[in-house]
Amino acid sequence: MSFLIDSSIMITSQILFFGFGWLFFMRQLFKDYEVRQYVVQVIFSVTFAFSCTMFELIIFEILKVLNSSSRYFHWKMNLCVILLILVFMVPFYIGYFIVSNIRLLHRQRLLFSCLLWLTFMYFFWKLGDPFPILSPKHGILSIEQLISRVGVIGVTLMALLSGFGAVNCPYTYMSYFLRNVTDADILALERRLLQTMDMIISKKKRMAMTRRTMFQKGEVHNKPSGFWGMIKSVTTSAPGSENLTLIQQEVDALEELSRQLFLETADLYATKERIEYSKTFKGKYFNFLGYFFSIYCVWKIFMVKFWSQHISFILVGIIIVTSIRGLLITLTKFFYAISSSKSSNVIVLLLAQIMGMYFVSSVLLIRMSMPLEYRTIITEVLGELQFNFYHRWFDVIFLVSALSSILFLYLAHKQAPEKHMAP
Amino acid sequence: MKLKTLSSIPSSGWPTIPEQALTPGCGKMASLDRVKVLVLGDSGVGKSSLVHLLCQNQVLGNPSWTVGCSVDVRVHDYKEGTPEEKTYYIELWDVGGSVGSASSVKSTRAVFYNSVNGIILVHDLTNKKSSQNLYRWSLEALNRDLVPTGVLVTNGDYDREQFADNQIPLLVIGTKLDQIHEAKRHEVLTRTAFLAEDFNAEEINLDCTNPRYLAAGSSNAVKLSRFFDKRFLYLFTSPQPPHKALNPGDSV
Repeated sequence: MSFLIDSSIMITSQILFFGFGWLFFMRQLFKDYEVRQYVVQVIFSVTFAFSCTMFELIIFEILKVLNSSSRYFHWKMNLCVILLILVFMVPFYIGYFIVSNIRLLHRQRLLFSCLLWLTFMYFFWKLGDPFPILSPKHGILSIEQLISRVGVIGVTLMALLSGFGAVNCPYTYMSYFLRNVTDADILALERRLLQTMDMIISKKKRMAMTRRTMFQKGEVHNKPSGFWGMIKSVTTSAPGSENLTLIQQEVDALEELSRQLFLETADLYATKERIEYSKTFKGKYFNFLGYFFSIYCVWKIFMVKFWSQHISFILVGIIIVTSIRGLLITLTKFFYAISSSKSSNVIVLLLAQIMGMYFVSSVLLIRMSMPLEYRTIITEVLGELQFNFYHRWFDVIFLVSALSSILFLYLAHKQAPEKHMAP
Repeated sequence: MKLKTLSSIPSSGWPTIPEQALTPGCGKMASLDRVKVLVLGDSGVGKSSLVHLLCQNQVLGNPSWTVGCSVDVRVHDYKEGTPEEKTYYIELWDVGGSVGSASSVKSTRAVFYNSVNGIILVHDLTNKKSSQNLYRWSLEALNRDLVPTGVLVTNGDYDREQFADNQIPLLVIGTKLDQIHEAKRHEVLTRTAFLAEDFNAEEINLDCTNPRYLAAGSSNAVKLSRFFDKRFLYLFTSPQPPHKALNPGDSV
């Protein structure tokens, strides 16, 4: 009886998560595109729902909600479904949508997507060989085999993102690092940008006129293509087309300059907005949080061992919430930056895959931050994985990522003021 | 690297090169007589291909992402075939990005919206959202001019009255016509006709990878010429009447 009640609670929460994922997809990710293939939206929402359910189960574990046997059952079921999605469904659909975009292979879509999926499975399996993650007594298609590989990929991703985030978060929010940007700086850059555009326009006017006179005279401008084309163009080109090629090169250089100026101006506007934001109440609050978290991250980097497990557990809760939010925001930014109307389906599915792997490995790693008595359920469900390996692997990648982020940001920070200094 | 030579130019105090020196043979054109037409639309609709087709009569072979703004020039015979025929350079400013960009990108884009003579709105016939976003694009560009204090109207709702006052000529172009099935064509074209009516503009539907849509004498070419012949495009800020911009016989 209690099992039925527990199951209905779980199912209700899963439907809620599904609905949230659906809305997020529709309102945020795909707000500029048309959803033509609803299967993509369904897969994304399902992945999101089952990933969130795992976190929910951890919290239930700690708060001792629900019957322990029904919790165990739901853990197992949830894990099976998520592995099914991450290893079978999403990669297959990614292959299918990639193949659909290529016009040549359009006819035998299914065949080629199956081939792609088999290639993926091969490399996915090979991934497990160099890592000491399993004892050899497990069968081929057991849960442990699959989850160990998913875990490796996910943990690497998490460590890379956390390392970068640990360094970037204080850098972004702490006002100590914000360069001083005045309106005059921005105006000067805008003026330069417009002057560059004017130079491009005058050169293009010359080119347009040259082309028109050549067309009226009956000449044709042949762009030198290939090796023989270039040799031919040395001896037999009309003076008009030589001129054109020369001016075109100058225009290319100017266009590159205009792009750089545009990006710099956008960067200055963004910095100015951050400065103004930091003066508001919300900004000051996040500034304080930035200091707090930077201290926590520094502690993490140097791994001070004697910290009470229970207090670190509260931080685990905060980390779960902020990392879900942070992940969704980062995914959205990534998606806007790289997707186009053709590739949007593939990219969303890739993001769903990353999200699923990220959440699965969060569960693996959270085990360390949890007080001892709660670790048993995870150990029971996930079988005999070598958890210590994952923790060591996470620490190594985290350190590498954090150090390279520090180096990268240092170089970027140093380079920027020199560009904006007015002579 | 080519950029090294350009960085030797001091960033402040550009030498004021008179327009005449930059364009030999076109010395009669005053530097204020500029015809600037914006080309706006979502990313991926085909603005760069369209601009290339309009300016160079060729299909763009390798379209790539537009960062910032790319400009091209179209030579247009104003009032061709009449005794008042004059030749002008029309600058087509292809502004890249999406309506949902960060506000820092929008503020940077706003610098391109100064003193605009005409706007071409481009949307993708296979993507309804790109058509809906045209309202937001036009508001973004027009507000920049109508409200001199530079305050952008944050409520993105389309307001017909704002367009009733608008004097800047608009043209709506729908791309990727070849990807619409024959069966759905009527439905799509009805929808776009409503869209063009809202903007009080003419509309052209074409495929940027096929120059025959703009072949001389076709109805599309006629509509295009009509747009570029609109008087408002040539109302210059200088008090001089528009004079002969350049001599086709001059050698460059």
